[in-house]
Order: sequence, then C-alpha cells, then structure tokens
Amino acid sequence: MLQTALHSWHAARGAKLVDFAGWHMPVLYTSLVEEHQAVRQRVGLFDVSHMGRLRFTGSDAENFLQELLTTDCAQLAVGDVKYSLVCQESGGILDDVLLYRREQEWALVVNASNREKLLEWFETHRRGRDIGLIDETTTTGMIAVQGPQSVALMTALGASSVASLKYYTFTEVVVGNIPCVVSRTGYTGEDGFELTCPATQATWLWEQLMAAGAALGIAPCGLGARDTLRLEAAMPLYGHEMDETMDPFTAGLAFGVRLKKTMPFIGRAALEAVKAVPTTRRRVGLKLSGKRIPREKMTILSNGVSVGYVSSGTQSPTLGYPLAMGYVPAELASPGTIVQIEIRGSAEPAEVCPLPFYRRPS
Amino acid sequence: MAIEAGLRFAETHEWVRVEGNVATIGISDFAVKELTDLTYVELPAIGKVLKAKQVFGVVESVKAASDLYAPVSGTVKSANGALESDLAVLSTDPYGQGWLIQIDLSAPAEVDALMDAATYAKFCEAESH
Repeated sequence: MLQTALHSWHAARGAKLVDFAGWHMPVLYTSLVEEHQAVRQRVGLFDVSHMGRLRFTGSDAENFLQELLTTDCAQLAVGDVKYSLVCQESGGILDDVLLYRREQEWALVVNASNREKLLEWFETHRRGRDIGLIDETTTTGMIAVQGPQSVALMTALGASSVASLKYYTFTEVVVGNIPCVVSRTGYTGEDGFELTCPATQATWLWEQLMAAGAALGIAPCGLGARDTLRLEAAMPLYGHEMDETMDPFTAGLAFGVRLKKTMPFIGRAALEAVKAVPTTRRRVGLKLSGKRIPREKMTILSNGVSVGYVSSGTQSPTLGYPLAMGYVPAELASPGTIVQIEIRGSAEPAEVCPLPFYRRPS
Repeated sequence: MAIEAGLRFAETHEWVRVEGNVATIGISDFAVKELTDLTYVELPAIGKVLKAKQVFGVVESVKAASDLYAPVSGTVKSANGALESDLAVLSTDPYGQGWLIQIDLSAPAEVDALMDAATYAKFCEAESH
C-alpha cells in the first residue's frame, strides 16, 4: 500500500488506518464526530497527500487541457483555480478535478482513485505534442487546513497574506519556514486552505500547524470526518455521486462544464445532447426523521416502487439527523416530496430537501 | 482495552454472561472502540428465537452499520431499552449497563465453544495488527 509522507505521524498518533484507493490513510484519530465538530467550530488538519497532483508544461499544455477538460481553461488567470470534469466521448465522467493556472504551466489535482486511469488517458491523448506531464503525487505533500480559524492559524505561522486570497485562487507563500503553494479551496463547506509543499517538508509543516493551532483548538482529522463534512456541504464524491455512467448535468455539476468554449473537447457532442434533452434523473438531498441511517446503494422507493438509489448517506454530526444524497426521477425531485428509503427491509420516510444541507454562516 | 474475566466471547466480538439458563449478551469494549461514534442500536423483539451466528440486531455508527450476531441459540427474554436514549453506556460500561439482550438458552453447551477472556485478548491483539 502507498503511504503519504505523514504516514508515520498518523501511526504514532494511534490513527485508525485503512486502505483508501491504494493508500494507507487515517480514517479517524479518536472520534469522527469530534473531528467533524473541530472543523465546523474551530480548525482541522487533513492529510490529503493521497490526492493526485499532476503538472503540465510545454507550449501545447493549454490546448491539450482544453481538449480533455470540460471547463474553459482560457477563462483562468494566473493564480486561479477551477473545478472541472474529465469526460469520455459518451459524456460519462472519468474524474472531477481542480485545475490551477500558473505562469508557464498548469496543475491538476485529481482523485486518488482515478490517478492511474487519468495518467493513461492523458498519455493516450498526448500523441507526441509538446507537453510535459509530471506526476508530483509522491514528491509533494498536501495538507488541508479547514475551519473558521483557518486564517488565524495561517497568520500564526507568518502567512497572514492568505487572508486576502479569494475563494478558488492560489498563491505561493512561506508557511512557518516552508515554501508552499496555498489555495483557498477545500472539501468541507468551511473556509480554509490547501497547502502543497515538498514531501520531505510535509511532516515539519504539519507539526508546525499542529503546534500553532493548539491555542485555537485544532484537531487532526481523518477521511471519516472529511466524508461527513463534504456530504453536509453536498459536495459530490467520485464513485458515489458520479462515475463513468453519469454525465455532469444529471449529477448537478453543470457549473463545471463550458459547452460554448472555442476549443472542442472530449464529450462535448454527448453533453450538448444531454443538455438539449435532459435525462430523467436528478441528484437530490434527502433528510430522515427516524434513527436509521441511509447508506450508499440503498433503494429509494415511491409508493412501494423502486425509483432510485442513495449515493451517499450518514448521520449528520452538525444537524443531528440522518441525511443522504441520491438520484430520483425529475418528477420526485422537488423539495418537500416524500419518498422512502429501504433500510434493512423497512421503508423509512425521507423528505427531498434543498442542497446543500449545511451552509456556513457568512 | 478492557476484557472482563469470566465472560465468553465470539469472534464477532459479542460477549456472553451465563447465569443458570439465561445468557446476557453484549458487545466488547474492543468492538465499541473499533466502531466509534455509535448512533443507534436496533435490538430484536421479545420472544424472537435466535440460532447461534444468526444476526439479531444492528449497531450503527456515523460511518457504517454493523450486524450483531447471536453467539449462542435461544429465545429473547429481554432487551436493554435504556440504550434507546443513551448509547454512552456502551462505551463507559460495555459489560454492565451496556448489555444488549438476555436470552433463554436452548443449547447451553454452545457456550463452551466460545473463547474465554484470555483467548479473546489474544484474538483482539491479532486483529488489531
């Protein structure tokens, strides 16, 4: 199994480590709920070094990315970050990614579970063009600082300049004494930053963040809390809300697609067709009033008939009730509609509700 | 990790305390710590007939639902209703107030096939590596 640069720190702290997309990752340290609350109320640290980090150089890099991504790369200024999908010709989603525009090059952050697949996909489509493709996943580390005290934590390590960083932009800044790429991004629904540094410095950066964060009530957080936080914020997860059989429009990810960009891109024809004649399914939020918890792949029923499925579900630590995202026919997608979720043989009532479930106080 | 001497344990981490023909069943401290963040326990109705290794209930954590397996056969005599309102006792007193069900044993000899405390301690040790 692959290990991040922080693996021995996690193990020494007694984290519960699991196999996640081929990486030995902390799912929690002591309590998922406490880690979740630390991020909602204070600040939490996540080791997200398992995420794939790819760098594209060369004169053809922009055109290449225009052809492979659904977003319009030309709309990014240097320092911008943008959410995009990578689609097949069929419009099915190969991955969802973040694109970073630098002075002379581009960077992509991709899902750990899709890194190998995407590297092959990119290799196949590169066809001798002037593109350097460098996989920096193991030579760098990535740490997410998330929560309302994120700016205070960065300031405590001398990086107060990030306070003025706009959402979905990035900069290069020294944190502690370590040069980092810092973006104002995250996967929790809270304010926060994602820091990339050389792998050799990742543990030192993490330890400085932990030490400076002690006074702020910082907690190291595992993938368990990362999942409940993103679910409350209705952020999609590859393999759950989307896969190769799902198109971005049905998945509610139209904001990641720019059909009108000047460059043709893989999947455009299929996506234009879906946009013209939408599929009959919609991604919805569901909340339940009982104690039973909906889980991935459970069946959604209406009047006793199977009409859809749960893509992700949990007991919401912030809201205190069970909730889920799932797919239902468009006519059942209006907030207030009552459906049922089959949980261990019993049809539990669930109400369609607007997404996200949780929005941070502004 | 706490393991109470005198109890018997299943590989699925349920414990059994036998008094006469009645077996009290719960889940071990090891299991509670492995599951973490418990939210809900679903227990069987009184009178339900259970066979050893049959699923008799479910414990839900934020992360996942886990089946509970009957370590021995019998008929459910009572279930711990206090867990409806307070799951904390599963963590603080797993071998006492955190009990799950009591059954009238139908095949008392099955108890002998379960692990004793010392064997179970080794079993947990091996599982956590």
